[in-house]
Amino acid sequence: MSPAPTGSAPTDQAPGRNSGGTTTLVVHVENKAGVLARVAGLFARRGFNIESLAVAPTASGRFSRLTIVVGVDAAPMEQVVKQLDKLVNVVDIQELNPSASVERELMMVTLRADPSVRGQILDLVRVFQATVLNVGYEEIMVSLTGSPSRVDDFEALLRPYGIVDVQRTGKVALAKLVKTAPESLAP
Amino acid sequence: MNMNGGQALMKALENEGVDIMFGLPGGAILPVYDPLLDSSIRHVLVRHEQGAGHMAEGFAHATGRPGVAMVTSGPAATNIVTPLCDAYMDSVPMVVITGQVPYAAIGTDAFQECDTTGITMSVTKHNYLVTEAADIPQVIHDAFHIATTGRPGPVLVDIPKDIVDPNNPRSAMEWHTPDGHDLPGYRPNTAGDAELIRQAAKLICEAERPVLYTGGGILKSRGAKALLELAELTGIHVVTTLMNRGGFPDDHPLCLGMPGMHGNYTAVTAMQEADLLVALGARFDDRVTGKVAEFAPLAKIIHVDIDGAELGKVRQPDVAIQGDCRVVTEELVKVLREMGGGEAQPDRNQWRSRISGWQERFPLTYAHSQEDELLKPQFVLEHLRDATPDDTIVASGVGQHQMWTSQYWKFNHPYTWVNSGGLGTMGFAIPAAIGAKAGRPDRMVWAVDGDGCFQMTAQELVTAATEGFPIKVALINNSYLGMVRQWQEMFYGERYSEVYLTRDVPDYKLWAEALGCTGLRVESPEEVGPAIAQANEIDDRPVVVEFRCEAGENVFPMVPAGMSNSDVVVDPSQRDRPR
Repeated sequence: MSPAPTGSAPTDQAPGRNSGGTTTLVVHVENKAGVLARVAGLFARRGFNIESLAVAPTASGRFSRLTIVVGVDAAPMEQVVKQLDKLVNVVDIQELNPSASVERELMMVTLRADPSVRGQILDLVRVFQATVLNVGYEEIMVSLTGSPSRVDDFEALLRPYGIVDVQRTGKVALAKLVKTAPESLAP
Repeated sequence: MNMNGGQALMKALENEGVDIMFGLPGGAILPVYDPLLDSSIRHVLVRHEQGAGHMAEGFAHATGRPGVAMVTSGPAATNIVTPLCDAYMDSVPMVVITGQVPYAAIGTDAFQECDTTGITMSVTKHNYLVTEAADIPQVIHDAFHIATTGRPGPVLVDIPKDIVDPNNPRSAMEWHTPDGHDLPGYRPNTAGDAELIRQAAKLICEAERPVLYTGGGILKSRGAKALLELAELTGIHVVTTLMNRGGFPDDHPLCLGMPGMHGNYTAVTAMQEADLLVALGARFDDRVTGKVAEFAPLAKIIHVDIDGAELGKVRQPDVAIQGDCRVVTEELVKVLREMGGGEAQPDRNQWRSRISGWQERFPLTYAHSQEDELLKPQFVLEHLRDATPDDTIVASGVGQHQMWTSQYWKFNHPYTWVNSGGLGTMGFAIPAAIGAKAGRPDRMVWAVDGDGCFQMTAQELVTAATEGFPIKVALINNSYLGMVRQWQEMFYGERYSEVYLTRDVPDYKLWAEALGCTGLRVESPEEVGPAIAQANEIDDRPVVVEFRCEAGENVFPMVPAGMSNSDVVVDPSQRDRPR
């Protein structure tokens, strides 16, 4: 897996299909040992690379919610989704359309930042409303939470200073909320 | 009730109705073999763990009940991977119990340790690693539920030694009878959508050249009777895939037999020319479709399958119905009756006469042996078919003899054909026949085997001899890996590479006798009948009849791999006939 950028420009593609040839799936599974291996195995068997993966238990703790970004954009995904649905531990699957969902990603990054360039880096931190987490004499650690494309931009702007270490969480997402009032409330 | 995990495992299996299981003990599973002595379950001691798996499959094929196998950890678990994969491909309900090293030793490269659940993840419908003795009753109850419902398949339960070993405190538990299943991600949907069934019925009433394309789902869903009703109500012809031989009687006037790579000309061509295929529990396997882009090019498709992942996997259906084959077929019959039954079907006399024309011009055929030639396998199978009871169960290995058996046998009853379709597992016949005989001791059971297959699993004839399963083996000895030889003849310019097995080594008659069977050898056509009659008479031990057959015989018809079904190659004697 690599923290490859996942563009999120809204388009009229099929649901769940991102630009840049990736698909985002939200999968609810039973929170049990080995379930992640079952899910990942279905992709691995076909040679599909998982670009990013975020896993955490849902409120009850009985289920986990997986957000999976897969480096495949065409028809083969349909068969994978159907077979994913056959796994006994998989409760449901949604293909998430980027234009109909709110996406966020967290990046933590340690940069080379000797005192002469520290000010420039702090300017970028201000512009992006990022957070300084830790400061050393020659290095600085910052974090940013934002849409994946915004995180991409921030990472690109920081790269010339020298990235020592970076960890991105991979995308997490929730469906956008209904904007229209129910008819009973209509004026 | 206080007990240990091993006792709980036996009790759980008994509660699932298990009365026979196939296995072989070893270190990690040893503690379970002690309470087995006090159990009502009969255990059949196999000679190789692969045999246990195929016996469980054969049992399931012949009875419709889940087969059960129990083996130890490590090499035993890896030995049963092939039967698991076989059962997964052919949707055979099976529960396999494997021993595992003690829980605390997992991951330490302990003696006879392997990652059984990891290795079998992709060849089981589901698998479990049980970590607490108290979980055993529920896991076994769930395992049988998953194996036998929805699209059936194999489920493996891996059990660490410490939770079944009475000398280990971790095995102590209190028995509790499971109350249902808590499987939020597993909800097989059996009833088809009523509106889609109506649409399917409408397509059937409009079709001029329909064919019922029926697969293993008919047998798995106990749907043979419903299929018969549907065919007779509509007068539509039926093709029965390799997995559904016997699911519709071969002697029925509407039966066209097996389609596909070695299907008969009429079954293949009727599908190619059809304007509607009603696929019931069939999965458009490459051995049926030939080149997919040119398969049944004029046909609309109704596809019924319990497994939603099959719908549209190979061919996009016009009406896709997810549901149990029997339930949907019965519903379809009901709707068709409401729409007028047979009266509502269009006049299909022209189509019927085309079909009977193909049947007349291109029947299955072969050239009989000349004076100096050995037996023709087809000749042997015709005689065997005619000399055995109509409800004989036939198991086969994989290769030419399998195709000839499917072609030449007349399967008039469901659950009389036991074979390895999807995985194509050589050596399947003997252990599968033993499992079938264990499930149906009242029936005559013949294994039709090739000489290549026989050498892979013949050791299980010892199991048959010592455990009292008097199966009969028709060994079609052509001294070659025959199907590979045929491909090398047809597609590799007759360059034969590593396919000759020798004719006289091993001596099959002596080998059979050494294994505790009666061994017979047949070399001339006039010996065939008497040898079969003699074999049929023997009921106190297994019999192996070696039929010495022509090496150069090929299976026809044949659709060469990757070619369109329209390019089916017929028997040499029929090649100048108009299609």
